[in-house]
Amino acid sequence: MLNESKVVGLPLARIDGPLKVSGKARYAAEHFATDMLFGRVLPATIATGRITDIDVSEAERFPGVVKVYTYKNRPTVAKRESKWKDEVALPGYTMRPLEDDHVQFDGQPIAFVVAENFEAARDAAELIRVRYAAYDPHTDLLQEQANSYEPPVPRMKEFMPPKPRGDAEGAFAQAPHKIAFEYYMEGEHHNPMELFGSTVLWEKDGRLTIHDKTQGPQNSHDYVCNVFGLKPENVVVQNKFVGGAFGQGLRPKYQLFLAVMASLDLRRSVKAEMSRREMFYLTWRPVCLQKVSLAADAEGNLQSIMHHALGGTSRYEDYQENVANWSGMAYKCDNVKISYEIAKLDRSTPGDMRAPGAASGVTALETAMDELAYEVGIDPLELRIRNFIHVDQNQDKELTSKALHACYREAAESFGWANRSHEPRSMKDGNELVGWGMATGFWEAQLSEAEAKVSLSSDGKVVVSAAASDIGTGTYTILNQVAAEAFGVSPQAVTVRIGDSSLPKTSVEGGSWTAASSGSAVQVAARAVVATLLKHAQSMPNSPLADASEDQVEIAEGRLVLQANHQVGVAFADIMEAAGVSEVEEHGKVAPDPATMKKFSAYTHSAVFVEVKVDEELLIPRVTRVVTAVAAGRILNPKTARSQILGGVVMGVGMALHEEGMVDHRTGRVMNHNLAEYHVPAHADIEDLEVIFVKEDDDKVSPIGVKGLGEIGIVGVAAAVSNAIFHATGKRIRHFPMTIDKLLAEPDRH
Amino acid sequence: MDSALLGSGLPTCSVNISINGENRSLDIPPWVTLLDLLRGPLELTGTKKGCDHGQCGACTVLINGERVNSCLKLAVSLDGAEVTTIEGLGTPDNLHPMQKAFVEHDAFQCGYCTPGQICSAVGLVKEGRARSRADIRELMSGNLCRCGAYSNIADAIEEVLGAEGAQPYKEAAE
Repeated sequence: MLNESKVVGLPLARIDGPLKVSGKARYAAEHFATDMLFGRVLPATIATGRITDIDVSEAERFPGVVKVYTYKNRPTVAKRESKWKDEVALPGYTMRPLEDDHVQFDGQPIAFVVAENFEAARDAAELIRVRYAAYDPHTDLLQEQANSYEPPVPRMKEFMPPKPRGDAEGAFAQAPHKIAFEYYMEGEHHNPMELFGSTVLWEKDGRLTIHDKTQGPQNSHDYVCNVFGLKPENVVVQNKFVGGAFGQGLRPKYQLFLAVMASLDLRRSVKAEMSRREMFYLTWRPVCLQKVSLAADAEGNLQSIMHHALGGTSRYEDYQENVANWSGMAYKCDNVKISYEIAKLDRSTPGDMRAPGAASGVTALETAMDELAYEVGIDPLELRIRNFIHVDQNQDKELTSKALHACYREAAESFGWANRSHEPRSMKDGNELVGWGMATGFWEAQLSEAEAKVSLSSDGKVVVSAAASDIGTGTYTILNQVAAEAFGVSPQAVTVRIGDSSLPKTSVEGGSWTAASSGSAVQVAARAVVATLLKHAQSMPNSPLADASEDQVEIAEGRLVLQANHQVGVAFADIMEAAGVSEVEEHGKVAPDPATMKKFSAYTHSAVFVEVKVDEELLIPRVTRVVTAVAAGRILNPKTARSQILGGVVMGVGMALHEEGMVDHRTGRVMNHNLAEYHVPAHADIEDLEVIFVKEDDDKVSPIGVKGLGEIGIVGVAAAVSNAIFHATGKRIRHFPMTIDKLLAEPDRH
Repeated sequence: MDSALLGSGLPTCSVNISINGENRSLDIPPWVTLLDLLRGPLELTGTKKGCDHGQCGACTVLINGERVNSCLKLAVSLDGAEVTTIEGLGTPDNLHPMQKAFVEHDAFQCGYCTPGQICSAVGLVKEGRARSRADIRELMSGNLCRCGAYSNIADAIEEVLGAEGAQPYKEAAE
């Protein structure tokens, strides 16, 4: 552990901040080359069927157009499915752009126009004439329930439901208090502000430098090399700045494939950027139907939990996420039954979106817990506290840490929960009904394999290198802090190089694991540098550190010294001079520890308290206050950490009230593929947000004690809003988002 | 030089536009938006494309001091105009007070909507209409931020408004 932090734990402003606020940070589609070509995709306008005719002649004649690609003239690429499997690939058949005349989802790319300028490509794409033989689309999950199935090939074994324990049905039948309801969530779209884009810089010797919007430059690199049969050393993929992704950038997107294809074929540099409309067509949070049954005794002790989840997927891949397993680990209960199925739809394959699975599943569970609290007649927070558990009953493991009691306590106190009146519709402010609701949040704390390289030069400059990504998460800043701490230097002395496939191996940025994984790898590498310095120091004549061991020394004020006595030591510049080197560079690597994983489960936890105000007559709901307390182990930077949670809360408000992917099931087409009709929270929707990090020491979850923060902020928010709306109005909305029409249609159940 | 960058044999119109204080004589095909002119031939990529439909505000620039979605302006319509982009407000070493406030308040994460937010905020301050935090939230609602930095953005703008002595921010500061 890093003790007595000097830099780690400080609210350092983002080191990439000045570049971002001055417009100097360059994103994927913001790189240039002379002779650059521009590509534009034509999306399909049916959900399922075949292309019977595609006439590109008018587009080809358009001034400035260089070539139009369709399935008829696509250059030869890899055939074997294994070549198409990226790091985050799913069971099934990977979508291959311009493969053949089949259309499998609305918006599927069916042509790629390449032109000398952006405007020509854009306008020429509109001149392509397409005829289809359209089949009947099946896009409504509620209509496809009868065709659901348990995924035959699990995406990950952790996503499989745990074995049933006890007798959930029997206990449910006998319990004095019970609820059983269905919850339905519409599909959501990530909509990072940056459009997916790739700039492929073609060089005469056949090398490619690709600027890609991705959460993993090495994932894009390997995909491109495998699909096009390129030598790994001839391709570099960079993502120095990523304008948001939220999971949508985990898998390579089709504009990457198309831009590389055209670049290799035309032997020129090519830039391709999606339109906002295209952002809605692939990788979305799947529609999800859940049934949750809870039963409790007279005191509110849980007697039975049953949770069944059904998610949508595409015809060609089995997308899977952990929706329902949370219900088996959240609270103490000995009778649990969990199941998960998916159903095929004529849509693109869904994908991971911020807290995939948990955002949907915990929303259902935590709304159901509120319903149970009212059934039993006790305070919703009290119900959670009575059912608190210190172990993971799903996996029969201990927990590395769980400071959830502190989350409940600190958030409730700051929120003023003690002043809440239990009865729905019992609090008012002018002509608005006031409601207070709460929920618990859960997410996995994961460590992924990660490597890093750290160098220290004789003038005290530190360079950190890893193929990690900063998608707005603060990776640049926290890796800087870990390195600065390790060498006792100021953050200004540290340079962080990330976002480049040629740097040390790192997983895609996802699952909230980057800070724990890459942060730990940097620390391991920094320690290796110190060990090498010690070895060099001990080779010096009359070395004062001759008898010191690695764990007895540290770097302070430019010197390698004994921890116990800083007077004893050698300036590292002198050590390097004596060794005849100008810098010391070492690799660090971390991976999950199998012994720890066998015994322990690791989760982040949160408590979310929400105030809503609802116009009494118009039933317009607004979220006026959110207090979130988070237990996530060590916080490397409270400023960027707080922002991560704020972002999760805002997206959770969107899930609760605004975000609704609308499909016309008669045609199978996305109806609201723009930001005016797919609503995300705007400035006016976000009022008073408070974030509390509770103290949580955890020496098992990762070498630096970090659990990760990218997902936990959203989990539970939509449930807390739903519960607050019930408290305000007496109306229980189980269909998300909770738009005004649903509130107006819902009878007052109270 | 400028016209060569744009040239592809298409009919063009000649316009003079001041961009960040520099006078540019440009021959521009009439279908080019200000946004695409900036991000393409002029390589001023600080102005961002988020929707190309006037729905997200990422492309906000100042035209004659007023905030405008540059995706909704054809460049040829701007003869004689003064355009200020994020690059014209300040540089990493010499940040505009609004840029500095954004850094201090962590008013961004991915940074993609940020230039538009900052240009919009600078326009907002100049308009002198924001009297409360609720006003800021309402008048900044044309600029979407998917990372959810809204409350930090409002903090940053409040700080600048307070420093500029806007009512009632002046009272709060005193």
